[in-house]
Amino acid sequence: MKDTSEILQILQEKFPEYIVKSNLDSTAPFLVISAESLPEVCGFLKNDEDLNFESLMCLSGVDYKDPKTEDDRLEVVYHLYSMLKKHKLILKVELSRDDPKVPTVENVWGIANWHEREAYDMYGIQFEGHSDLRRILCPDDWVDYPLRKDYVEPETYRGMPAAASKQFAELAEEGEDLGTNPYRAG
Amino acid sequence: MQVEAYAGEEMVLNMGPQHPSTHGVLRLELETDGEIVKKVTPHIGYLHRCFEKHAENIDYPGVIPFCDRMDYIASMNNSLGYALTVEKLMEIEVNERVQTLRVLMAELNRIASHLLSIGTYAMDIGSFTPFLHCFREREKVLDLFEWVCGARLLYNYNWVGGVSHDIPSGFVKKTSEFLDQLEPVIAEMDKLLSYNKIFIERTAKVGIINKDLAESFNVTGPNLRGSGIQWDLRKEEPYCSYETYDFEVPIGSGQFGPVGSCWDRYYVRVREMEQSIKLSRQALDRLPEGDVHEMVPRRVKPPKGEIYDRTETPRGELGYYIISNGGLIPFRVKVKSPCFTVLSVLPAIAQGGMVADIIAIIGSIDIVMGEIDR
Repeated sequence: MKDTSEILQILQEKFPEYIVKSNLDSTAPFLVISAESLPEVCGFLKNDEDLNFESLMCLSGVDYKDPKTEDDRLEVVYHLYSMLKKHKLILKVELSRDDPKVPTVENVWGIANWHEREAYDMYGIQFEGHSDLRRILCPDDWVDYPLRKDYVEPETYRGMPAAASKQFAELAEEGEDLGTNPYRAG
Repeated sequence: MQVEAYAGEEMVLNMGPQHPSTHGVLRLELETDGEIVKKVTPHIGYLHRCFEKHAENIDYPGVIPFCDRMDYIASMNNSLGYALTVEKLMEIEVNERVQTLRVLMAELNRIASHLLSIGTYAMDIGSFTPFLHCFREREKVLDLFEWVCGARLLYNYNWVGGVSHDIPSGFVKKTSEFLDQLEPVIAEMDKLLSYNKIFIERTAKVGIINKDLAESFNVTGPNLRGSGIQWDLRKEEPYCSYETYDFEVPIGSGQFGPVGSCWDRYYVRVREMEQSIKLSRQALDRLPEGDVHEMVPRRVKPPKGEIYDRTETPRGELGYYIISNGGLIPFRVKVKSPCFTVLSVLPAIAQGGMVADIIAIIGSIDIVMGEIDR
């Protein structure tokens, strides 16, 4: 069992140029690595005898766009776990918003295939070398990437109204006559 | 199987989205050559309800009803995972009564979920009677839940920092009576289904998930244990004081064929119900005094940070990845659904089998579309 700082040491010896930064003080310590090094680092993490990260618990896209902080990056977060050694690692890759590209890791962990399709579907992150990069949850002809913070809901989808209908309370505030309920007294 | 010998014209067959054996709105695109399936492509998303998008627009406690609606067969377990994750982020320690009640409800819901899974699986394979027995027993669990919190399926029971209702008087007695009469039903299920020759022939040699495949595709829960791997989060990373309970983790042994077959997965679920009965009894026995709303915070406002936490639901490891920016609304909630990962292994295990085997495999991996599509 190794904690993140020990794993960081091993990685720093092996791939000194790939580690962008590390955050070890927070409750969820993580390492940020450069996007192009991802398949190599992940292959090493999985096959190394001391590390043995045989399972990818979770792969998530995150959009950090925030008008207050002027942050404008997308991230892919990899939660790794080793059932044999019982240790965890959080890897992150930072991407630019305009051209989010990251190599696929589906050859390392089979489950990455579907997780990456979901991240593509929701954030538009391009996983290079992916065997079947299609939308997975949204319809194939859906426009734009719904989980991005600057996503604007479409008015219609194939002629059907897609925006949320106004709540009764909002309508009443606007002075709309909602009729009276015959069962209510008064 | 000698696929080449039967090579002929291929046909594309759409199974679903409305099909009684796909357990929800799942569409499978099968490329078949006669009865033999050459390729399976699952198409999901028919039940996509934008859980993650909604979660970014409502406050933390407001997400819980949405969690209930993901895996609507085991809502207690789903909301438990979310509540535990937010509590961990806020560093709330709940009292022992809450912990014990959560274990009790989670295990009762596990029983209900496995009963449904086994019953519908039997029906998929062609045996109707076990379905009726299972549903009769499941109704009793739902009645107990209704008595506690007023809802039969979607409970909103686990709150951040507590549970919504304490148990009513007489609940302990009724529940132990239910558990006592459930035990013989499980023994009956063995006679009726588990060792039924037809059932074994249909399930014991198909849908093999071996160890490497299970690891690569992060198969979890009963499906992983069916492949003969002793792994249960309740033992490995105990939450809700599971480490103080006495229970075993049943695994698939390959009694009638290769390890990791449909029969193994089915049988793990049957044995798990026995363990859940054991756990529920222990929870009923200890049940310490306490106020179930003691630690419910007035405002759920976690500090800035992120967390990934997972719990063992009846379908496997359900993970929540929550990022907080210090506000009342989560910045990001990502759900790692166990059904999502296990369904992605289907193309690998169904290839080269018969069309009828697909039904046997889908039933045995026990998926709920609400959780896959979210």
